[in-house]
Amino acid sequence: MIKLDNVSKYYKTRSGRAEILKNVNLTVEKGERVGILGRNGAGKSTLIRLLGGVEEPSKGRVLRDMYVSWPLAFSGAFQHSLTGFDNLRFICRIYEIDPEAALPRVEDFAELGKYMFEPIGTYSAGMRARLGFGISLVVDFDCYLIDEVVAVGDDRFRDRCHEELFVKRANRSIFLVSHNADYVRQHCQKAAVLKNGELISFDDVDEAYVYYHRYA
Amino acid sequence: MEGEDQIPQTSLRRSWAIQRRIVTALILREMLTRYGRHNIGFLWLFVEPMVFTIGVTLVWTAFRNVHGSDLPIAAFAVTGYSSVLVWRNIPSRSIGAIEPNLSLMYHRNVKALDILVARILLEVLGVGVSFFVLSIFFSAIGWVSAPENPYLVLEGWLALAWFGMAMGMFLGAFSLRSELVDKFFHPFTYLMFPFSGAAWLAEAAPATMRPYLMYVPMIHGVEWVRDGFFGSHFTAMYSPMYLISWNMVLTFFGLVELRNAKRHIVPQ
Repeated sequence: MIKLDNVSKYYKTRSGRAEILKNVNLTVEKGERVGILGRNGAGKSTLIRLLGGVEEPSKGRVLRDMYVSWPLAFSGAFQHSLTGFDNLRFICRIYEIDPEAALPRVEDFAELGKYMFEPIGTYSAGMRARLGFGISLVVDFDCYLIDEVVAVGDDRFRDRCHEELFVKRANRSIFLVSHNADYVRQHCQKAAVLKNGELISFDDVDEAYVYYHRYA
Repeated sequence: MEGEDQIPQTSLRRSWAIQRRIVTALILREMLTRYGRHNIGFLWLFVEPMVFTIGVTLVWTAFRNVHGSDLPIAAFAVTGYSSVLVWRNIPSRSIGAIEPNLSLMYHRNVKALDILVARILLEVLGVGVSFFVLSIFFSAIGWVSAPENPYLVLEGWLALAWFGMAMGMFLGAFSLRSELVDKFFHPFTYLMFPFSGAAWLAEAAPATMRPYLMYVPMIHGVEWVRDGFFGSHFTAMYSPMYLISWNMVLTFFGLVELRNAKRHIVPQ
């Protein structure tokens, strides 16, 4: 379970305090797939960071007893002058995994060939996303955070992501943020809409879908 | 490996194991990023400060006659310049160390403290090994005689290294709050060099000035190391407690500032 209990998040800006999230309440149970819909700048990424524990809330509490992933396909933590394998090794060290055992699985998913041993700086955006996703599959999380994974990659990449997440890991929790309402409708059991920093929850995904299109 | 956060609490032993693993991973990553696998690779970590010290030692040895004393000039230079490297290199590498690595914090076990500690340990290793290797090298070729009291050298150097690490911790965390730290640190090190006791002995300072000069903490470290190296050649003047008090205060403020820094951290 992850629980956001009356969570607010502010940032300091030049023109005073920017309120990104206001009194947000949210629970993700084990095995549940929750989708959050929101326009650009609605606070989706901030929400993901709070869930993942990357940032602390300004107010309220975050309770977490699941092993939560970093945002999937996130490649910001990669060191660009290092090779794909060096980056994999770093992640493996952090998460206590044997890099030699993980390598074939990542290679199989990322399909980088000899580029696995070239600096990431030489990769295309798609290659980087494949590597990022492949590496996240190596760690056995209870809950996966997904931040617009559909935005990158081609059809094949999307299909393989689907297979890995929603078929092979069907019993895991998934928390998905997106501005793509159809994607959320297809993959989630519960949905909420993020609008002006407030989270409006719906038990029925279709209701969220309609609300999002009409008001958000 | 579950629930590093609020529920359930991670045991202290487990936290320590995690921290060690993370810091090791960060150090390896940093070494590979900075030095790569070209030519001598990470050996540059030690060679770079060594080149500095050798250069300074050669120059000071050439000017030996100017000093006109029976001081072992090579030992004087090695101890002096190695000490400067400790309080200059460690903080200057720590300043701004966290910011470019903020995105690493998407991996929840990686904390700002780990990033800073990894950077500081790497720097200490570099200047420490270079001091150690140079001392042995210069002894081997007969430029300096072996330290009269190696334990005292080690003690003094460790106290000085603690000073550098604590300053690195404080300034590294403080630089998240204000970029002025970066702007002012380099002029500060230049200005402090003449007052740091690297290029003179406390006993040689004018008696009227000495009480004021001795407020500079670094002098106590250099004198301490030199006392161990060639203490019979001069009268060392230092107060271990004075330097250690500085270290404790700096460490305290470093940790406090790192805690404050949490609030300024927004990973991209």
